[in-house]
Amino acid sequence: MEAFKTLVSPAIPLPIEHIDTDQIIPARFLKATDKKGFGDNLFRDWRYDKNDQPNTEFVLNNDQYNGQILVAGTNFGCGSSREHAAWALTGYGFKVIVSSFFADIFKGNALNNGLLPVQVSEDFLQALLKIINDNPKAQLRVDVLAQTIEVSGTELRANFDIDPYKKTCLINGYDDIDYLVSKRAAITAFEAKQE
Amino acid sequence: MAKTLFDKVWDAHLVETMENGPSVLYIDKHLIHEVTSPQAFQELEDRGIALFRPKQVVATADHNTPTLDQDKPVKDPLSRKQLQQLTDNCQKHGITLYGLGHQYNGIVHVMAPELGITQPGMTMVCGDSHTSTHGAFGSIAFGIGTSQVAQVFASQSLLLTKPKTMRITVNGTLAKGVLPKDVILYIIAQIGTNAGTGYFCEYAGEVFEQMSMEGRMTVCNMSIEMGARGGMIAPDQTTFDYVQGRPYAPKGEQWQKKLAHWKSLPSDPGATFDKEFFFDAKDIAPMVTYGTNPGMGIKIGAQIPQSQDASFAKSLKYMGLNPGQSLLNHPIDYVFIGSCTNSRIEDFRVAAQAVKGRQKAQHVTAWLVPGSKQVEAQIEQEGLKTIFEAAGFKLRQPGCSACLAMNEDKVPEGAYCVSTSNRNFEGRQGQGARTLLASPLVAAISAIEGKITAVDPYLN
Repeated sequence: MEAFKTLVSPAIPLPIEHIDTDQIIPARFLKATDKKGFGDNLFRDWRYDKNDQPNTEFVLNNDQYNGQILVAGTNFGCGSSREHAAWALTGYGFKVIVSSFFADIFKGNALNNGLLPVQVSEDFLQALLKIINDNPKAQLRVDVLAQTIEVSGTELRANFDIDPYKKTCLINGYDDIDYLVSKRAAITAFEAKQE
Repeated sequence: MAKTLFDKVWDAHLVETMENGPSVLYIDKHLIHEVTSPQAFQELEDRGIALFRPKQVVATADHNTPTLDQDKPVKDPLSRKQLQQLTDNCQKHGITLYGLGHQYNGIVHVMAPELGITQPGMTMVCGDSHTSTHGAFGSIAFGIGTSQVAQVFASQSLLLTKPKTMRITVNGTLAKGVLPKDVILYIIAQIGTNAGTGYFCEYAGEVFEQMSMEGRMTVCNMSIEMGARGGMIAPDQTTFDYVQGRPYAPKGEQWQKKLAHWKSLPSDPGATFDKEFFFDAKDIAPMVTYGTNPGMGIKIGAQIPQSQDASFAKSLKYMGLNPGQSLLNHPIDYVFIGSCTNSRIEDFRVAAQAVKGRQKAQHVTAWLVPGSKQVEAQIEQEGLKTIFEAAGFKLRQPGCSACLAMNEDKVPEGAYCVSTSNRNFEGRQGQGARTLLASPLVAAISAIEGKITAVDPYLN
């Protein structure tokens, strides 16, 4: 996993609540046996019409907006456990998702792929959406070490929570497999006790 | 100190806890399927790590399988490749696979309990959010992402932060025609789709004590639809009777030893939960959903609520419905009885009883998809297949099917489908498809009437 300390980027607003993983990546695209290419089908059925033409009303097709930060409505990532949702978001180029609430499994999947879920208050989210709406080029700064998110040139700033262990992983690019493999002896000893 | 069922199972599986960090939790059983495992096998390969405990992994093919002509080669090349990869990976790593056509094949959350793989007090995981189903046996069971599938492959353990606990108590007796599906749809409509996020949920009270194992699985299955990683029900005689004698169940002396342990698992009197909800069985009636998340449910005949919320309006627009409208008598096009929520023998018994001697509405396409080969065989043995066929229904072969529409079983754009599955998300059953979640009883009689129908006239 790539190390992640800070990010400065404009953001893309998607103020829809309860965005489920079927919207992020529809099931018909889950037939791949590797992790590549899912970004092409991110939000497929919102992004393209049934004739595969870009839906001009959808924010990812709006030239005004770009960047590596997605700002979405509450309960982002609910539904299925498919990690393909995280691969689709990172594949598209996102590094941070900001929302007022994240579904559990999605949050873990995101962190396991170096995608940072930044949970903010509903008030902060609405204020942030307003700023992006008024100025699509507004620069956001996300600092993993300091656990802060702020909008350059404004007063808008907040702290966010992150599990200390996951923070260490993110900053250093570690993942859980390395840690768990290093614990195989303890795990084997645990098994022996159960017999 | 008084402990909850969850605490007891969690504590018994703790390998160690990091200071100010997560715990290493030992996983007893790991279930896998074709869609969320290939990248995890690849991860092991890339890192040169051997699979740690292959005997504790069981595989099935279910998500991306056809429900017709399973004896013939799978038509779709990508699906065929994905299924082949599962077969190859299982062979390579020495994992038991109940593949397509095997007498034990089926939806992972139907076939594992059926084989007695699922047992009280276990920790179980699968790369599928509805793994919560297995909590019906008093096990800690939850869905994981593919990175975690690889972690379990590598260490038979996971790094986890202990979730909070909640309890939902429902006392009283359910009215006739009110099924376990209605209970869970009612609960989610009451508390919302994120009330359980960060929690493990225990279901307690007379309603669950009186419920069959099939019913308990339906309830626990949908725990994730209120955000909870898992649901649990205390094991009791109903649980033990279900498990005993199944192929993977402990036998002889081992059974007695396990039984004594399982009997110690229910939450101690006085155990406390971080959050509690209480409901009364008499307030629960047959339900149907009207929106695009499982919390958007109402009693059949009730009116769709009013809301100023933009996401709510978007949802109703997608569904082609209006606030204030009742769904009673709303015409439907499709009926799907299947999925890991409602594809067990009891579900087909309820449906068969309702359609016996009647005829399916001509314009309705009805798909009956058993959860496993064993359920399929049982449907035939009990004479239910004859009843369904006489009523104009066709029985398909086991699999996840139209619940997530990865295979050909897709509901067309704009069509209304009364579905016994668990998710009514936009496009879940096909691009533009409109899903109305309900119990197998409501689904079956709606297929007969060709519209959403109240269950009362069908109860005798």
